[in-house]
Amino acid sequence: GIMADDILPNVGHVLLVLSGKGGVGKSTVATQLALALVEAGKKVGLLDIDLCGPSVAKMLDLEGRDIHQCSDGWLPVYADPSQQLGVMSIAFMLSHRDDAIVWRGPKKNAMIKQFLTDVAWGELEYLIIDTPPGTSDEHITVVENLQSCNPDGAILVSTPQAVSLGDVRRELSFCKRTHLPVLGIVENMSGFVCPHCSECTNVFSSGGGEAFAQDFHIPFLGRIPLDPKLSQCTEEGQSLAKVFPTSPTIQAVRTVVDNLVAQLKSRTNAKHGST
Amino acid sequence: MQVIVPSVSVLDCPGTESEDAGKASACSGCPNQEICASAKPRAPDPDVGQVRERMAGVKHKILVLSGKGGVGKSTFSAQLAYGIAADEAKQVALLDIDICGPSIPRIMGCDGEQVHQSNSGWSPIYVEDNLSVMSVGFLLGSPDDAVIWRGPKKNGLIKQFLRDVDWGDVDYLIVDTPPGTSDEHLSIVQYLSSTHVDGAVVITTPQEVSLLDVRKEISFCRKVKLPIIGVVENMSGFVCPKCKHQSQIFPPTTGGAEKMAKDMGIPFLGRLPLDPRIGKSCDEGKSFLTEHEDSPAAAAYRSVINGMEYDSMIHLP
Repeated sequence: GIMADDILPNVGHVLLVLSGKGGVGKSTVATQLALALVEAGKKVGLLDIDLCGPSVAKMLDLEGRDIHQCSDGWLPVYADPSQQLGVMSIAFMLSHRDDAIVWRGPKKNAMIKQFLTDVAWGELEYLIIDTPPGTSDEHITVVENLQSCNPDGAILVSTPQAVSLGDVRRELSFCKRTHLPVLGIVENMSGFVCPHCSECTNVFSSGGGEAFAQDFHIPFLGRIPLDPKLSQCTEEGQSLAKVFPTSPTIQAVRTVVDNLVAQLKSRTNAKHGST
Repeated sequence: MQVIVPSVSVLDCPGTESEDAGKASACSGCPNQEICASAKPRAPDPDVGQVRERMAGVKHKILVLSGKGGVGKSTFSAQLAYGIAADEAKQVALLDIDICGPSIPRIMGCDGEQVHQSNSGWSPIYVEDNLSVMSVGFLLGSPDDAVIWRGPKKNGLIKQFLRDVDWGDVDYLIVDTPPGTSDEHLSIVQYLSSTHVDGAVVITTPQEVSLLDVRKEISFCRKVKLPIIGVVENMSGFVCPKCKHQSQIFPPTTGGAEKMAKDMGIPFLGRLPLDPRIGKSCDEGKSFLTEHEDSPAAAAYRSVINGMEYDSMIHLP
């Protein structure tokens, strides 16, 4: 097995972004959370363990970058010159962008393990791990290998509709079965405000995430609207805060971050028995 | 001088028991290569024959793939099934091989149904007399049950779906898949390899983040020699119900699916708009095509389905 020292020795908080359902915005939320934390002055790592569909590199405009190796291991690819945001993804290891990683479980598991043991993250306040949809090899492997470093927990992402939440329920069961604490749920794609007339349409229904949080007694971290500007930023690898600083979506993301940080604080206090 | 970590081989170990063991290109450099290459050939898998027998009565098989999650594979599979089954003379079967996130039971309005076994095998769930469905969802005791399985166990269930389900004689078998290019996809192609698969419909949304994954799926199809019927661009444009202006919620910053299809030399089947009633119908387990048949979105669906060319074509009125 892996020794406790080998896994992420200098990381303050390890957070997993999970869903169960595909296409709800895990990578978008993971990237926006990372960017918001960096903007708040934190040193952050972002690890993408979606090997078949790695989106994070594209969302941060890091496509085509190589992974450099040093004596301490693989260096993360830094999204900024001051090295506040380090990123790791299989996207950096493909010869061609269109190459499909057609791997069965065992090879995927080996790669994920390598990402956890061989990357020289340095000292990080937060490591955010973006995952593929499901409850399979990638999820089992990452949770097993993180056990020795006590991850803070999972951030669940869903859209408001029942079809999505149906899968998120299963992801919640996964968290319970693997003793992974649940930090809360984010309701993404929650309403679309027409740019022409400002009418809000609930394209993917509404309120489901908040109801889910209540029904299953987990914290509701907030809702993020459907915003073409956000889609645009993820397409072009831009930070929404930099390109559209007055967008209401930024406030929504900051609310999620604030609620998340509050959750982490209260759990740390609970652990150390402080009031 | 820093060393750059080399690219990975996108190919996997063919399996120590496979015919290609030790001989595939992925084998070079593997410490086990000599042992695999010199091993005696394994006896053929008897299940393959059984799958072929079950599939003998299935005229057309269509896989619905993506690579990207949440683009509407299950939604499309369901509308395709409902659409074809509107012709009572056609027998349609819908197989959901998304083991971790089975959406089909809810979308087809048969959530909570259980599978029964008989002498002739597992009975699929009949939503209509001519429309049957199978999904792992029907095998779970509660909606909270998570299927936390690694690859081999998922593959085993997929094989069972093909070998043990008594589909009967079917005109169209539609297979809904999870996102990705992994165990489930390799398995379905492998197990159906002894039968004829008409091809795959690939679903995407307009943005580059989606297309990135979908190009990989197309590479996968080519690698395993699965014919591609075409690409569908879903969630393409949203018409505000109040002011009727169109917005692109998921902007096609790199030309969308049409350009990708052109660049990759595959048929572009058309665009489906974002209509909030589609998601609602799925949540409620109703056929969007029936509930809102006069809507522009339903017309778009019919147009896409009627444009699918493989051995024959579907004709939705």
